[in-house]
Amino acid sequence: MNTVPGLVPAGHRRLPVGQAAGDRRQVWPWRRAGLGALAAGAVALPFVLPPYLLFQATLVLVYAVALLGLDLVVGRGGQISLGHGAFFGVGAYTAAVMIAQFGLPYPLTLPVAALLTFGLGWAAGLPALRLRGLYLAMVTFAVAVVLPPLLKRFPAITGGAMGMPVPTPRAPVLDDDQWVYFLVLGVTVTAFAGIRNLTASRGGRALTAIREHRAAAEVLGMRPATHMTHAFAWSAMYAGTAGALYTWTAGFVSPDSFALSLSITLLAGVVIGGPATLTGALLGAFVVMGVPAVARELNPAAPGVISGLLIVLVVYAAPTGLTGLLRRAAWSVAGRRT
Amino acid sequence: MRAGVVPLARCLVASLVLLASGCRPAAGEVTLTGDCAGQVGTGMTAESVRVGGIYPLSGPASAYAAVAQGVRAYFDHVNARGGVEGRRIEFLVRDDAYQPARAVEEARRLVLHDRVFALFQTLGTPSTAAVREYADRWRVPQVFVATGATQWGSDTRRPWTIGFQPSYVAEARVYARYLAEARPEARVAVLYQNDDFGHDLLDGFRQAIAGTSVRLVAALSYEVTDPSVQGQLANLAASRADVLLNVSTPKFAAQALATDAAMTGWNPLHIVNGVAASPAVLQPVGYAKVQGIVTAGFQKEPGAPDWADDPGMHTYLAALARHAPEADPAGQQVVFGWTAAQAFVKVLERMRCPSREAMRAAMRSLPDVELDLLLPGITLSTGPDDGFPIESMQLTRLEGNRWVRFGKVIDTRAEFGPVPPQDHP
Repeated sequence: MNTVPGLVPAGHRRLPVGQAAGDRRQVWPWRRAGLGALAAGAVALPFVLPPYLLFQATLVLVYAVALLGLDLVVGRGGQISLGHGAFFGVGAYTAAVMIAQFGLPYPLTLPVAALLTFGLGWAAGLPALRLRGLYLAMVTFAVAVVLPPLLKRFPAITGGAMGMPVPTPRAPVLDDDQWVYFLVLGVTVTAFAGIRNLTASRGGRALTAIREHRAAAEVLGMRPATHMTHAFAWSAMYAGTAGALYTWTAGFVSPDSFALSLSITLLAGVVIGGPATLTGALLGAFVVMGVPAVARELNPAAPGVISGLLIVLVVYAAPTGLTGLLRRAAWSVAGRRT
Repeated sequence: MRAGVVPLARCLVASLVLLASGCRPAAGEVTLTGDCAGQVGTGMTAESVRVGGIYPLSGPASAYAAVAQGVRAYFDHVNARGGVEGRRIEFLVRDDAYQPARAVEEARRLVLHDRVFALFQTLGTPSTAAVREYADRWRVPQVFVATGATQWGSDTRRPWTIGFQPSYVAEARVYARYLAEARPEARVAVLYQNDDFGHDLLDGFRQAIAGTSVRLVAALSYEVTDPSVQGQLANLAASRADVLLNVSTPKFAAQALATDAAMTGWNPLHIVNGVAASPAVLQPVGYAKVQGIVTAGFQKEPGAPDWADDPGMHTYLAALARHAPEADPAGQQVVFGWTAAQAFVKVLERMRCPSREAMRAAMRSLPDVELDLLLPGITLSTGPDDGFPIESMQLTRLEGNRWVRFGKVIDTRAEFGPVPPQDHP
């Protein structure tokens, strides 16, 4: 793809999403109607979906929160993290241990998991983010590899390799699963608003500047290591929050659920959804959750193979991420050229 | 952003209306009326009953997938003869790769999506423990799980789950009884796996020898991550015990048997626990080196001369050839699956209502039910507080490449009383 039709280089040269992250063009032409429909759909969902599909919809929201966080590092920051599955796992286990071992009320687990993973992200970010690119990928890779054996090492607290069942939240008015859905929906909406504000803030703009040209940003007085450490800590916090939500939803944690493959799945979700966009996190979450489920329905014997083929297909059909595909489709209907 | 608020409010109102009317797609949830009013009959119709099983079809424990073959063969055999009271058994098999998290996910899918009536078998202690909470939460029977941990039977707070095979405690009691009678002055050394399974058996053994003259002189553990148990064996040999109780899973059992055979200075009576007493363990070590080792069993062994004219064994072999030609008829796992499936059908036949509650009641009130492939004298019996269907075993000794039964069937319930309830979180 050499040129995009209709792209007029005026002052700044603009690239389509995916070729360079951080495209700030509007994805969806009918902004208000779109948001309204989305909100209506999200609220109505628990009353129209049967329980199993509602469970999957809840997990889509959970993964969307994790992808939003990872996108801070990958999309906005332009770095690769293979450790976010581990932060997700730490959040999930924090909630699980608090609820199942200490009998604490579940609302308490969300802030604790968030704070803990924020601290961990900060600590991991301090030395790691002086490294860049592939080296950062290697350090975060180590974090992802180390977590499952560590969890298995302390069976008295974590339940060891057998994992740990966790009582899920009981609902005051609705069915339990509907209640959990609304809790997760609330956190997800807050998370989206948070990222929206964060990326529009001074720090968010600095992050984009550093990604685009590190040396120039430094000359302008931004300290890349500080900004990246902040971003990494926030990003880990989002992953940890998603982990706690996962525990509320699934009601079971085991070390093998948070292995390296989760980190890679999340990374794939960001890239497929469309990096550095809010829409991308949601679309990516649909892929992360939906592709294995569809693969299992298509061929129960080899879900792995079908899953891989479906991802190849998605990447082939949408090289600029699903967000790029959506943008093109929507604007071509709206009658304006992008 | 503001424009989103109006539809949002509208939608909230709409959903409140929906909520007030209790409108939610039930998607197959069935509550019975009439004699069995209020009970849940999801997954069962006049023509069929849908049942789900979760097995490690892939992954490190995939050898156990043979259990599912035996189960399917029996259900196909029953369906070919018209089903259970006219109901065909639809058996859905799911793969958890021996990972508890996947077992929970598949259980959720079976219960909420496929709307099974009951979960018939989960395999392995981790998967079963994980699914048990879920089954209890949704009040779905989890019948005859394929693991010998004691908690399935002794935990009365989760009545929807029930075990099948003799518990590890029962097995320990059989060995203790044998030693007390045949070698009253025995000095026993124990090698055990440091997890629930090992502790279950060791603690059961300790309690069962209390009050006899049998003494436990050494006990050493290994971790499943250890490369070998040779060091432990050398230390156990130093105790000069005359009986070695080998409580281990197949890989380590084979190592222990080989090490014991190589140590010419120490020749204890070698008792190997049931989970490791399979040809896959003995063959690599060499049958000639392990003659005379002892274990306990409860099922008939296909191909043994004792059962050449046994009608139950004939049915089994014929049905397997017809419905599951790929299965190995001699495999203990296949026999186990077949036996458990037959027990499940007996439970179905004894239900008073076509409901999950009735199944729970039926599986917890089995009066000495006989099955084709259990050893003579061994039956299934349970009660409201007794979740251990099989508690009798018979000792066998390796002669040539065959296990030969000796002594009488030992009913651990009659001789030791019920397994004491344990406190589980």
